[in-house]
Amino acid sequence: MLSKKRPVLFIAISLIGTGIFLLIPYVYVFIASFVKRGTGGFAGFDNYREVLSNEAFMTAMSNTARFIVVCVPLMLVLSLLISIYIYENPRLGKMLKTGFLVPMAIPVTSAVLMWRFLFDDKGIINGILESLGADTVNWMNTGWAFWILVLSYIWKNLGYSIILWLAALSSVNPSINEAAKTDGASSFQRLIHVTLPAAKNGAFVIIVLSVLSSFKVFREAYLVAGEYPDQSIYLVQHIFNNWFRNLEMDKIAAGSVISSVILIMLILLLQRFWEKGGEER
Amino acid sequence: MKKKLIFALLAVLSFMVCYPALFILVGSFMGEGELAENLMGILNVQSEAYAEWSPLPQKWSPESYVNLLLYEPGFFTLFWNSIKICAGVLAGHLLFAAPCAYGFAMYDFRFKKLLFTVYIIFMMLPFQVLMLPEYIVLKKLSLLNTLWAIILPGAFSAFPVFIMYNFFRGIPSSVIEAARMDGAGEFAIFLNVGLPAGAAGIAASMVLQFLEYWNVIEQPMIFLSREETWPLSLYLPSINLDNLGISFAAAFISLIPSLLIFRLGQDSLEAGIAATTVKR
Repeated sequence: MLSKKRPVLFIAISLIGTGIFLLIPYVYVFIASFVKRGTGGFAGFDNYREVLSNEAFMTAMSNTARFIVVCVPLMLVLSLLISIYIYENPRLGKMLKTGFLVPMAIPVTSAVLMWRFLFDDKGIINGILESLGADTVNWMNTGWAFWILVLSYIWKNLGYSIILWLAALSSVNPSINEAAKTDGASSFQRLIHVTLPAAKNGAFVIIVLSVLSSFKVFREAYLVAGEYPDQSIYLVQHIFNNWFRNLEMDKIAAGSVISSVILIMLILLLQRFWEKGGEER
Repeated sequence: MKKKLIFALLAVLSFMVCYPALFILVGSFMGEGELAENLMGILNVQSEAYAEWSPLPQKWSPESYVNLLLYEPGFFTLFWNSIKICAGVLAGHLLFAAPCAYGFAMYDFRFKKLLFTVYIIFMMLPFQVLMLPEYIVLKKLSLLNTLWAIILPGAFSAFPVFIMYNFFRGIPSSVIEAARMDGAGEFAIFLNVGLPAGAAGIAASMVLQFLEYWNVIEQPMIFLSREETWPLSLYLPSINLDNLGISFAAAFISLIPSLLIFRLGQDSLEAGIAATTVKR
């Protein structure tokens, strides 16, 4: 039974700070999205219309969406496969787990040095291709840039997702597994019928956190390719930064509202979907 | 046999993902000459040579570190800035986020569900969505171009509340009730019972958020225009590739605190990540 006593003291300061640095700014953005730039008059949905017909914005949105659609399922499957191995081989797994977590601690700036070494026009990969007699590839200025970004996302966050899956897997009641074993279920059958259904509960959080962390690849994209990277990795964050530099308040505001509404809907939708799935959790 | 093969594959993969750390270490001890020779093609557009690398330096040399000390005195200001940012943000989490998370976990009150949802949504929004109004707020408070511009909003980020909440919620209410029976005040209970019991959650949040703010890039890029207020994470990309040795040495030095915290806090880190999958 939770206490009904007033917790004002505990959450007040945090609430004030959240108000100043998050809530009021968000309300401000929302209002600004209906205001005409310069004159300050009411703009109706003009700002939204302008942003939605802005080619760069739509490119950035679709790139970001494509990035999420490619990365999140890839991440889910890859990390699940590795975590199942680690879960079933705890002794060897501990070492692997540490290994996969290390990239979290490698600052993005160090990673960028490595990326340049690998993917520069004269980088080691092109060197190898050349020595094999194959054509070299312009990695950073073609569609390949997108896949390099996918790679850096997986590299950085694989360990994180593995830990999440391991937590979900360890919530499986071992006695059910044992019972299945005595009933003669093979390890593959146990995986499909016992472990995975139970681990499914973790998937919602893993998806949400993967989407969240996918926004952070902007750092790599920016540090490797600057403000105007190859078109395939021109992300929502790029266009916001560029608008900011030009003080295009109206566009930033409308763009912010659009992207936050999409995000919130995505989260609610996922939640609905998961609860509808008849989970007993 | 098949098992061994899978293990070997995963071991190779996990070595590969760690390799960038080794790459930076080895590169930082190569000395300018050897580095320039290895990376000639990348540095010099005219050169036809491709990059090369050896697993270890042919000759170990502290030259890059000496050069960093001699020619880039600003580096240490920025190193210090990064430390201050992390310390400030984490102190804020301890002072504001921990009590807040405790309040959410231990009490029932009006609008609790709504408020908590607001925190979750703000946790998800990418920085860019709120960057402009935050800029205006910071400008009004005359905090632009000071480290406070990073520290204050960071101190109130919603993520630590979320993580710590998941830990505080695990404290059995009988423990709290017992303390109340003894006549302890609510705040005393928080200090003497809540904090020790939730320590693992606080540690977990600290490790995760240290790694986050040690890499902070988006916020300083917008809020800090004076170079002497930058954190390390902005400095590295700004140095010229001509000073390759210096960039490797600087990268390795900035890697050390991060790896150290990781090493010391790995268990907390794993517990913290895992805590987020517990059903809210």
